[in-house]
Amino acid sequence: MKLHELSVAALGRGLREREFSSVEVTRAFLDRIAARNPALNAFITVTAGRALADAAAADARLARGEGRPLTGVPLAHKDIFCTDGILTTCGSRILGNFVAPYDATVVERLDAAGMVLLGKTNMDEFAMGSSNETSGYGPVRNPWDPGRVPGGSSGGSAAAVAAGLAPVATGTDTGGSIRQPAALTGLTGLKPTYGRVSRYGMIAFASSLDQGGVLAQSAVDAALVLAAMAGPDARDSTCIERPVPDYVAGLERPMRGLRIGIIREFFGPGLEPGTGAAVQAALGGFRTLGAELVEVSLPNLPLSVPTYYVVAPAEASSNLSRFDGVRFGHRCADPQDLRDLYERSRGEGFGAEVKRRIMTGTYVLSAGYYDAYYLKAQQVRSLINADFRRAFAAVDVLMGPTSPTPAFPLGAKVDDPITMYLNDIYTIGANLAGLPAISVPCGLVEGLPVGLQVIGPHFAEELLLAVAHAWQRETDWHQRRPPEPAGGTA
Amino acid sequence: MTLTRRDVENIAHLARLRISEAELPAYANNLSRILGFVEQLAAADTAGVVPMAHPLEGEVQRLRADVVTETDRHERYQQNAPAVEAGLYLVPKVIE
Repeated sequence: MKLHELSVAALGRGLREREFSSVEVTRAFLDRIAARNPALNAFITVTAGRALADAAAADARLARGEGRPLTGVPLAHKDIFCTDGILTTCGSRILGNFVAPYDATVVERLDAAGMVLLGKTNMDEFAMGSSNETSGYGPVRNPWDPGRVPGGSSGGSAAAVAAGLAPVATGTDTGGSIRQPAALTGLTGLKPTYGRVSRYGMIAFASSLDQGGVLAQSAVDAALVLAAMAGPDARDSTCIERPVPDYVAGLERPMRGLRIGIIREFFGPGLEPGTGAAVQAALGGFRTLGAELVEVSLPNLPLSVPTYYVVAPAEASSNLSRFDGVRFGHRCADPQDLRDLYERSRGEGFGAEVKRRIMTGTYVLSAGYYDAYYLKAQQVRSLINADFRRAFAAVDVLMGPTSPTPAFPLGAKVDDPITMYLNDIYTIGANLAGLPAISVPCGLVEGLPVGLQVIGPHFAEELLLAVAHAWQRETDWHQRRPPEPAGGTA
Repeated sequence: MTLTRRDVENIAHLARLRISEAELPAYANNLSRILGFVEQLAAADTAGVVPMAHPLEGEVQRLRADVVTETDRHERYQQNAPAVEAGLYLVPKVIE
């Protein structure tokens, strides 16, 4: 196998056993990026010089026998994570000149674990999108079919890992932004419990929903990386004070007797038949492994998309008020007065979807409308949360599709925000209730990957990873790779 | 819910966003559709339901000792500022 085809686990092992060096591995990925990124547009920034220096440092540690599971293994960060001294755009032109003055906790921890940063990945602007088409830096293409989207908002991270430009990448998930792109590119994508991973230095979109996680080639790789990035952080007061389990040690767990709830509301008319068939086949696979399957109903779950499109824009309108053209980011030319400076800097710097969400949020929070929209949405959120609570009293995990369709063509949904929003119909519920959820490859429909979603109770990451791993020991969907373009060299 | 151009102008002002005349009809249309879409929440029976404040019940936010933990890094931070003079952020004249 070529270096860029190896998993994080295999790279870590090979590095510790000195089969290859981190500099060799890092060069292999930088070569892949140079060859493939012009067509895919998965990276906004490539940090080649720093990567090779960090790789040399990792090699020195490995030579001294100080290697740990992730020492010298490259990764890519979604460009929503602040990286000290490196351009951090959040996919927006308003941050087109923003060099972060500090590292996000996630960045700091994976750096301390010895990982080598290859660069920062493209994303929907401020993580607002499900196709990566709202990026201020151009759309990302899906390696499985360059005419199609990779999903979003962590579309660059998804395309990078799927095409072998990075062995693993970070992402963030506010309404499905890790799981949906993972599903559309054939990856394992884990959104942890709200508060499991620090949000310090992760540019805020909707603070009660945002959570950092990982897009990986397998449950094993996701377990390795999550273990290094999760855990309490004094700099994020919403980060939960709980020890991080040994996710890798917890992977081997028999599925016999596992109670799986099949979410009835996720198999309605909006589900593309091929996707539904692949997910049903996966459910049958778990029954074969000895799990008990029962259908469960979460009657308020169909309201999660409208609930989200009140709560998330409301929080975004507040969070994004910090982009004012005064302290950092884009400032318009020749402002006449302070109001002109604010309005033109923001009007020029933000793209259309971000403006729509800021204005939606401003409206639902404005005097006279707060009770009808925001308060109502937070009440419905309680109902959805109660649905999940009832379900988890009877089952261990919930299953269903991650996305209603496989990857769709670029441009297919950009003119209609509601159609785009409905891509996240199966993923948003977990965010509203703060639950961990994982998307696992479970089939191909006309050559395009399909994801099975597994949702667990709060802090059940270990169980979700074990469920995903049990499936991946029985199947090879997660090992399928997109076709290499003809005439490719790297 | 149908928003007029005037409504959009008002919301854009509250949000400090400059929207051009030419863009107003498209925003009025899209925002009206989004608000129309979320109006299905009105049908949910939420009588007596406590609005959700936090996904994790029973978790309390930590407090820390009231001690200085940050060092003065304003020079570094101001390297990202569009206009700075003598350690101060410059904006157009506010008071005549």
